[in-house]
This record gives sequence, structure tokens and C-alpha cells, in this order.
Amino acid sequence: MSIPKFLGYRRENGKVGVRNHTIILPLDDLSNAASEAVANNIKGTMALPHPYGRLQFGEDLELFFRTLIGTGTNPNVAAVVVIGIEPEWTGRVVDGIAESGKPVKGFSIERDGDINTIAKASRQAMEYVQWASELQRVECSMDELYVSTKCGESDTTSGLASNPTVGNVFDKLNEMGATTCFGETSEIMGAELVCKERAASAEVGEAFMRTFNAYNDIILANKTDDLSGSQPTKGNIRGGLTTIEEKAFGNLQKIGKKSRYVGVLKPAEAPTGPGMWFMDTSSAAAEAVTLWAASGAAVHLFPTGQGNIIGNPILPVIKLSANPLTCRTMSEHIDLDVSAILKGELTLDEAGDQLIDMILRTCNGRLTAAEALGHREFVLTKLYISA
Amino acid sequence: MVKILVHESTDTVGVATEDIKAGETAQGLFMDSQENIEIKALNDIPLGHKIALKDFAVDDTVIKYGHDIGRVVADIKAGDHVHIHNLKTKRW
Repeated sequence: MSIPKFLGYRRENGKVGVRNHTIILPLDDLSNAASEAVANNIKGTMALPHPYGRLQFGEDLELFFRTLIGTGTNPNVAAVVVIGIEPEWTGRVVDGIAESGKPVKGFSIERDGDINTIAKASRQAMEYVQWASELQRVECSMDELYVSTKCGESDTTSGLASNPTVGNVFDKLNEMGATTCFGETSEIMGAELVCKERAASAEVGEAFMRTFNAYNDIILANKTDDLSGSQPTKGNIRGGLTTIEEKAFGNLQKIGKKSRYVGVLKPAEAPTGPGMWFMDTSSAAAEAVTLWAASGAAVHLFPTGQGNIIGNPILPVIKLSANPLTCRTMSEHIDLDVSAILKGELTLDEAGDQLIDMILRTCNGRLTAAEALGHREFVLTKLYISA
Repeated sequence: MVKILVHESTDTVGVATEDIKAGETAQGLFMDSQENIEIKALNDIPLGHKIALKDFAVDDTVIKYGHDIGRVVADIKAGDHVHIHNLKTKRW
């Protein structure tokens, strides 16, 4: 099998990226204003504002740091300026990103104020973005790529065509030796035993079940109505889905027919090697895609039925749909129309090849629909209340 | 033209990719083997909804995506609309 090549960015730690962002990363909600001011001063940089980073504790705080450090470490990022209210946590994020070997510097606002911080951070951001602008793309191989997937606004066309198209690509990528990842822990309900069987070993299958059950316990502990009435949803039922098993198997089409997952990741945790991985994520699109970006994914595949329009600041989100109405009425959001599958005019294997081609074009620099439209949803997952 | 897609050769239901009228004989396609089938719809089958490819008795299992998607709760004939009136989850 020949493994396709593309022109990407091989970073200091050997990971391959397909974008070359210089980001201004706020540690906390208070530092969004300064971060956005720096990004406004220095063209070609991008601020990633978010609402958290104060008084979090325990596992929630660990996830917070893992997400910010992972975002800065992502190979689609060339260099990072971190701005925080105080030096200690700012330094923790800077040190974490610095382990990847990429340029990163932190600035803290206390004892200096916004204006001085913005001035200093702007000079650093300018130096980084000019340095990054001279980096050249180099030949990379598709087996060096890390690709994640999740679907959204699914309907029957998702289970029929767009999800199995991703599954076809996942099988091909895994055969090449690439790294792939799926998640959406709660959406697997109904197909969890089959999902467990798709693990590469009994231990990994057990680890999946522990993660699945823990997530399910939280949902059950906090539910305010009987989930039997909401899974599948009224909209799912109107669209033709009858049982939760059917809905879940439609979702699980994305992992293909042959691939087996080699490990279970915590939210935002980076895979330690090639192959397919399961990550514990919410099924909410922006939260989940933010976690995959933080785990180092370079490209995300997003099949949609009714037309979810999500994007991410650093992770190109490739949208595909098999719903002809969505492809017609929301064409600016769809990178690949696979609706011909429904007419029997396109096989899943052919659609998979078209999606591989779209991945390669995206890797070579084609902006996705979400990038061109400015969708930069950066949504941190919060596990529980702050102190 | 194809109006029914069947995911796998072992599936016992197909999915309408266009509205199908009762009495209409519709063309179907198995997505894995690319083999064709023909089935006469006994009810209207809306786009995205399921059509039975065989007869079922109460308590039979319906297979889609090659997997068990639930239990038959009212007799089904080949060509019938399969939905919440004759198929239930085994979960609850």
C-alpha cells in the first residue's frame, strides 16, 4: 500500500502539523482582554479566549492544565504567548508547553497591569509570528498524521452514509499506521458491549467499560427526567430512528469495520503511539473537538446530518454530509458532499477515497469551511463547580 | 433507481432514501456486497425510516448494521414499516 504524502510542518518534538499558528493563550478569564489586545496588535496571531482558570481544583484543575498545555503543544501551533493574571500558574502552562521544544513565553499581569503586559507580550508575539512565517512546509507522510472524529446534528443520513464514510477512512488510516481517535462516551450507550469488543485487548475493553460506566453514572445522578423518553430523541424518532441501540450503532460506524482501539485516553490526553484510540469526551461538539485539539490531533473529521457548523481555532474541522438538503441549503459549511451514496451512485469505498483526498488537500493548506467562516469555538470541559 | 439502502448482508431491515408509497416495488442496494434487491412496500415508508426485508414474529430480533437493534413487539411482514409501533429496545 502506498502511503500518501503532503506538505506539513514537522515540529521540534517530531509531531506533524498542518497549520502554523502563533497563538496568544490566556491562562484565565481575566487575561482574555490583554490576549485579545495582543492578537489585535500583531497580525497573523490568534487569541484563544475562554471563561475559566480561576479557583478550579482537583481533577478538574488537572484537566484544565492538560487542555491548555495540550493546546499550546499541538503541532498545528508554531509558537505560544501565554498571558495570566499571576506568574505561578502562568509558569506551569509555559513549562508544560516548553517540554514540546517549541518557542513559548509567559507574561503575568499582577504588578504590571494590562497596558505594560500587552506591550511586552506584543513584542514577543511579533518576534514569534515573524519567525513562524518563515518556516517552510516539508514533505510528511499520512502515517504521521493524528486524525480525530465526532459527528453532530446527526440524522438517518449520518448512520447510512457520512459516518460509514469516516469509518472507511479510519480503516484506511489505521492500516497506513496513522493515529486516530473517537469518543463521545455517552452516545455509545446501546452499543457499549459491541464497542468493548472492538478493543485490541480484554484489558483495554475493560478500561473502556469503566470509563463508559463512570460517565453514565454522572448522567444518571444528575438527570431530571427518564432518559428512556429522550434516547432516541423525538427528532431522532421522527427521522426514523427507533431504538437507542440503532442510534448508537449509527454513531459507531465512524470507527470502521476492521480497526481495533489500542487504548483509552482521559479527556485531552495525548495518544502515546499510532493506532486507533478511544477518548473519554462529552458529545457536545465544541467541547469534544477542543479536547481532541488539546490531545494533539492535526485534523478532525466531522460528519453531520442536519448541519452542525462547529470549528476550532487550531484544529481544521472537515465537514461531510450525506443529507442533500443540508448540502444544498448550508453549502458554505460542508467540505465534502457524499449524498450520492444515498442514490447508490457512490460506494462507501469511493466516498472514503474522496474524504482521504479532502484530508490531503486540507493538510496541504486548503482552508476548511469552518476556518474560512471564522469558526473558532474553544470550549474547555469543566468537570464540576469551582471553589 | 435505488430507494432502499441496506448496511450489511446480514441485516433484516433496509432504510428508505426517498419516500416510498404503499404498494410500490422499490429497488434496494446492499452497501457491502453492492447486490440489488427488490421489495414491495406494504405501507408508506418515509425517508430515513426502515422497511422489513423479511417476516418477523413477536420477540424476534431485528438486525441493522449487522447488530441487534431491538425486539419485535408486533408481527411484521416483509415490506412493512418498522418503527416504534412494532420494534422496541431491549434496554428498557
